[in-house]
Amino acid sequence: MTAAASSGAGWRLKKPSVLPGFGLTLGFTLVYLTLIILLPLAGLVWRSAAIGPDAFWAIASDERTLRALQVSFGTSLVAALVNVVFGTILAWVLVRYRFPGRRIIDAIVDLPFALPTAVAGIALTTLYAPNGPIGGLLKPLGIQVGYTPLGIIVALIFIGLPFVVRTVQPVMEEIDREVEEAAATLGAGRRQTIARVLLPALTPAILTGFALAFARAVGEYGSVIFIAGNIPYVSEIAPLLIVIRLEEFNYGGAAATGTIMLLLSFVMLLVINLIQAWSRRRYGYGA
Amino acid sequence: MALEQSFAQTPLRPLKSAVTESLTTRIVLIAISLLFLALFLVTPLVMVFIQAFAGGWSTYLASLVEPDAMAAIRLTLTVAVISVPLNIVFGLAAAWAIAKFEFKGKAFLITLIDLPFSVSPVIAGLVYVLLFGGGSVLGPWLKSHGIEILFAVPGIVLATIFVTFPFVARELIPLMQDQGSGDEEAALSLGASGWQTFWYVTLPNVKWALLYGVLLCNARAMGEFGAVSVVSGHIRGLTNTMPLHVEILYNEYNAVGAFAVASLLALLALVTLVLKSFLEFRYGDEMAATAKH
Amino acid sequence: MSVSIRNVRKEFENFPALHDVSLDIKTSELIALLGPSGSGKTTLLRLIAGLESPTAGSVFFGDEDASHRSVQERNVGFVFQHYALFRHMTVADNIGFGLKVRPSATRPSKADIRARAIELLRLVQLSGLENRYPAQLSGGQRQRVALARAMAIEPKVLLLDEPFGALDAQVRRELRRWLREIHEATGHTTVFVTHDQEEALELADRVVVMSQGRIEQVGTADEVYDNPNSPFVYGFIGDSSSIPVQVEGDRVLLGDKRLALKGWSAKDGKAQLFFRPHDVEIVEGGEGAILGKVLASRRVAGLRRVELSVEDDGHVEIELPADRDAPVGSTLGFRPQRFKLFPA
Repeated sequence: MTAAASSGAGWRLKKPSVLPGFGLTLGFTLVYLTLIILLPLAGLVWRSAAIGPDAFWAIASDERTLRALQVSFGTSLVAALVNVVFGTILAWVLVRYRFPGRRIIDAIVDLPFALPTAVAGIALTTLYAPNGPIGGLLKPLGIQVGYTPLGIIVALIFIGLPFVVRTVQPVMEEIDREVEEAAATLGAGRRQTIARVLLPALTPAILTGFALAFARAVGEYGSVIFIAGNIPYVSEIAPLLIVIRLEEFNYGGAAATGTIMLLLSFVMLLVINLIQAWSRRRYGYGA
Repeated sequence: MALEQSFAQTPLRPLKSAVTESLTTRIVLIAISLLFLALFLVTPLVMVFIQAFAGGWSTYLASLVEPDAMAAIRLTLTVAVISVPLNIVFGLAAAWAIAKFEFKGKAFLITLIDLPFSVSPVIAGLVYVLLFGGGSVLGPWLKSHGIEILFAVPGIVLATIFVTFPFVARELIPLMQDQGSGDEEAALSLGASGWQTFWYVTLPNVKWALLYGVLLCNARAMGEFGAVSVVSGHIRGLTNTMPLHVEILYNEYNAVGAFAVASLLALLALVTLVLKSFLEFRYGDEMAATAKH
Repeated sequence: MSVSIRNVRKEFENFPALHDVSLDIKTSELIALLGPSGSGKTTLLRLIAGLESPTAGSVFFGDEDASHRSVQERNVGFVFQHYALFRHMTVADNIGFGLKVRPSATRPSKADIRARAIELLRLVQLSGLENRYPAQLSGGQRQRVALARAMAIEPKVLLLDEPFGALDAQVRRELRRWLREIHEATGHTTVFVTHDQEEALELADRVVVMSQGRIEQVGTADEVYDNPNSPFVYGFIGDSSSIPVQVEGDRVLLGDKRLALKGWSAKDGKAQLFFRPHDVEIVEGGEGAILGKVLASRRVAGLRRVELSVEDDGHVEIELPADRDAPVGSTLGFRPQRFKLFPA
């Protein structure tokens, strides 16, 4: 490592430091990153470019592709909105209230991070299928969840919840009680304080949580395919369409659909970063 | 005003607190939260175990010791044993470079490291199919040299590394940035070598965050479905990991078998959650404050 | 508006924070609550504001019992130590907040709120910063905005909790003078909490010295400094020394030696003799004086600070003119010119 230090010290892009190992660690990081992530992703884009703009456009504007993207984005949007509402309430309850079992509830929120998606998928399907314990209760009401877009939304709610809670929670914890007291001394009722002081302060975090849950939901596969029913044009999600194209050995089609999704997730990533940068610049804190 | 007059003994109705909601509101909000969690998170988990034991203990055990199930368990462990350590090494190297040095393009590098979080697992599998599969440049060459990557263990490992790539680095980077380089500079000034500094100073400072990252990385590595599904080829007893085996059994309407294997994965998730909560509770301040994933 | 605190007691989960506190604050008065941390001064301030409710006792605003009024109804201007500005609002929106949340019947128009905010910004000498966000201001500027925000609701009283506690010494001194000017210009009844005696003595019309949940003394700066009514106040405000003595009839004994002290009255028995280090005169020859052995002697600016051991266990500090020599090991006799005897 000491040898690497001298080579690191000559690096012009870096500020001088007495610590060794810059060249070694950054070099390894870049090589590993390139081999595992960047090169394969570049391969994807290259393959979809290789089929030519006409073929690409034909796939992008294909009815089935469009419907699959629509299903993916539509259900993800609804699920993320549901998670924003309930995730924010949940975060509030966890941060502000003391009640027996709070610690366990707090731990359970992370279940979707830890439970394999396929397990969640078959469990949710069994629950919400028309003959399942919850699906059976909803059936007389004329609501079918399993094997419909509604089922996709249920799975995506499961997947996305912790993103909202874990993004909003730390920001809530940092809210100074004095700020709420200040609002009260100025005559604001509790509702006014929540609407005018607390929610605006939480907005960047809520938006970030929404974007993270949404981005995750758009790409989700394992938990969705069991419950979705996977009916083309109705409940077929975009990631599944990629798998189907691959099974048809239609590599160009798979690559093109994958590239479209990749571009859309880059846009999401950009949006998240913009929200955070904006929030930091304006209010002096991130989300 | 007569100050001498005694008001002291008048018991007072406490004022409404300025910083919390009424008791009713609080109870309603707690109830909504519990109901929501029960409906979407807890019941699926319970369902896994109910279904797994629907045929009794003997059926449950039989489903697990069945050769294909055992092969899937072995493969899942193998994949985790290879991919997790690689990501630990990467995480430590990346965190060291990013947290201890100032260089241009650092923010962009962090974004790149986070990238796999925002890429669909299916795409993580797809990129390797395109790279090594039949239609690729490398595919025929690999085939002629008898090297199997796709529909074999190397492909599964690669896809798993892709999706678990940021877990360790993500936990370490913010923490090591917060800690700064003071401790390391002190160690160096006392005559420690670079490796000694890393081993005796840096590593102990981040050990809980590292463990936390490894925990999450491992859970995801063992449970990954989408990416692995695309590259595995679903060859029973050979390239089926546990989640893939669950899928096959479920699609064959072998619910008890599927949920029995799933219950092992659910158990892994529960252990992960318990350890994770314990780490947060016990060493929360020694770990990065922003543990989002 | 005058404020009257009557026999207020406050317990936090059986921990008593205030014991039976009573205090009258006159209209337009500037009052300092001074005490070490844990003395209950902030609790008292929060009780006046309605941010806490008393376990017993009541708070009057003028002739009206405000004890049952919520914090929103009390119409007090509260300034927090860490400003508590709303970070997502501009300076003008922060100042206008209290007017904006009024019920529509009494709410001024948007333009009026804005005009009021601008006017208050001029008062706190921050004109032109109305569109900034709090993150873009310095600590001192933020505290001025916080004060302007508190004054915007035309409060009955202004309550300030360690208003300058988070600022550095230079800014503190500036803001102290500035707060005095604002108070003279607006005439709000003002109560501020501080643990800095210099701040309290310099700024306040009257200082309320608190300790362990009780009011020790209320008085002007002169009164609490020159005539402390308890050992605590003597020790807390300014420098002081004390030695144990014995009172017998009209004599004060140090060991078996009679001290020549004039103008005092105290009950028989053990007592503590308190005095200021600079209020002493040297007695050559030591007749009727306190005799001490010089332990250390340090020149501090224009005077000499001498540490003495008195009798066997006593330890006092006195100040002498710089040209008065006091070699270590020599014996020195002195007599307090102003002092107090408190029963021990």
